[in-house]
Amino acid sequence: MKNRKTTNVCPCRRKKPSAEGKGSVPMIKDKVLPQNAPDLEQKQDAGMERYLSSRVRAIPPSGIRRFFDLVSGSKDIISLGVGEPDFATPWRVRDAAVYALEKGRTQYTANAGLSELREAIGRYLHQRFQLQYDPAKEIIVTVGGSEGIDLALRALVEPGDEVLVPEPTYLPYAPMTTLCGGVPIGIETFAKDQFKLTEESLRAHLTPKSKVLILCYPSNPTGGIMTYEDLLPIAKVVKEHDLIVISDEIYAELTYGTRHVSIASLPGMKERTIVVSGFSKAFAMTGWRMGYACGHPDLIGAMLKIHQYSIMCAPIMGQIAALESLSPTGMEEMMRMIESYNQRRRLIVDGFRQIGLPCHEPQGAFYAFPSIQQTGLTSEEFAQRLVVEAKVAAVPGHVFGKGGEGFIRCSYATSVSQLIEALDRIDKFLNKIRVV
Amino acid sequence: MNQLKLSILDLLKEDARLTPARIATMLGASEADVSRAIAEMERDHVIVKYSAVINWNKLDDEKVTALIEVQCSPERGHGFERIAERIYLYPEVKSVYLMSGAFDLLVEIEGKNLKEVASFVSNKLSTIESVLSTKTYFILKKYKQDGVIFEEPEDDERLPVSP
Repeated sequence: MKNRKTTNVCPCRRKKPSAEGKGSVPMIKDKVLPQNAPDLEQKQDAGMERYLSSRVRAIPPSGIRRFFDLVSGSKDIISLGVGEPDFATPWRVRDAAVYALEKGRTQYTANAGLSELREAIGRYLHQRFQLQYDPAKEIIVTVGGSEGIDLALRALVEPGDEVLVPEPTYLPYAPMTTLCGGVPIGIETFAKDQFKLTEESLRAHLTPKSKVLILCYPSNPTGGIMTYEDLLPIAKVVKEHDLIVISDEIYAELTYGTRHVSIASLPGMKERTIVVSGFSKAFAMTGWRMGYACGHPDLIGAMLKIHQYSIMCAPIMGQIAALESLSPTGMEEMMRMIESYNQRRRLIVDGFRQIGLPCHEPQGAFYAFPSIQQTGLTSEEFAQRLVVEAKVAAVPGHVFGKGGEGFIRCSYATSVSQLIEALDRIDKFLNKIRVV
Repeated sequence: MNQLKLSILDLLKEDARLTPARIATMLGASEADVSRAIAEMERDHVIVKYSAVINWNKLDDEKVTALIEVQCSPERGHGFERIAERIYLYPEVKSVYLMSGAFDLLVEIEGKNLKEVASFVSNKLSTIESVLSTKTYFILKKYKQDGVIFEEPEDDERLPVSP
């Protein structure tokens, strides 16, 4: 704080010396940093970080980042760290977007998204998951499922509210909660329960401040799912304690041997649940950033309010492509991809078990989450040495929160030959560290 | 044809070198069932043979391929069968199809050079009695064959690690 006014390295600050002292320009107003914020002046007195809001400072940098740098710098790596399909978007879908561009469809759409698309999403959710939403008031098209989650949290969370998140889990829930002033509460789940959320552990984490439960099943990173029977007791607790569920169902179609059940389809849960999903994973459309959220009109209406001020609408080309994905032929392409993941899932799980890494059977998503505890290494050490010594990248489990230590996340959305080669390299690596 | 056999064929069509054990793992079936199904399909000539798809353009090969439209008069009692046979028995003939439309047989032929193909057409094909006319089209470049695109596959553009 001390020498801020004299440091004066920012051009924009230099331009407005007259505002100094008066405190009339909000941007340069001296604010007291939170007690726990790092003393930035000492480290980099020319830096701009001191202008950042305390909420942003409170968010840790992504745990995956350091690992990303390590992997990016190495050659001939087989990466099992990728969190997206290895298929390009099916050609008919790309072609639909190209055609729309040629036709000059480059405008804004309705804030909530093209009505044809919302209607198609409504029909799709009903056919596939027995969910019924009114496309006019209960469905909003978002920029990826990520925006849907952000909107839901921003619409629901008051400072101090606790947001319950079963872990290990997809990274962004906790920081997004923090940004809203909420408090993320991780609930550890275990391999012995196939990483399902249990009634007891949910109850054990409830407090009077609990407000939101985020469910991400099928789960990234564990591949765990929640069946109807698994969800029933959870729904009971949710109703008893008047919680709202944000159900991230981005991997819903990627469920193997059984069909995904949405918690919103359970009795009395529709109005308490915001279903967030999108086209990224099942339809191989990650880069398009096409998602949607569905729920009670009051909640979706509030989310739409934020969305219309901050985003306006999701890009029209992506919306047209998404519409094509939901056509009968688009759905066939999707099923074909799912079958291919299923084959590779069996291959990698069987492979891990054969080389002696215990691996619970992932029934959803496209990740296997084998245990590396018996090697005596932490997941960070294991993953790091695996990259350097065996040229295989996998994401160390601890970055996904509680319960992730001792595991690595391996995406099997990569070619069969690469998977086989990766398993072979991991096998050799294991033999090496066992001997040493 | 049962579902297991169809699934096996889908996999073999993409990679004929997959072992029964690996196919069994990928399909969640037993290795014995998969081996039996493959043996049956080989016996029944559902699986005719296992071969490599080759992009001859990669080699400095002078090989030329032509498609020939053949008009011919069918024979009483045999239709086009015997004419087709007379044609397909030549080793330089790669495929023969009976077509609907303005001509009857579509013949794919491969020769060491243009001259060889030309000579096959004039000396062998046209001289078959029931052949009325031929039209020869030389293939200049193959982009895709049997579902396989010959262009170099694009690099994996995905970020190596993502959440």
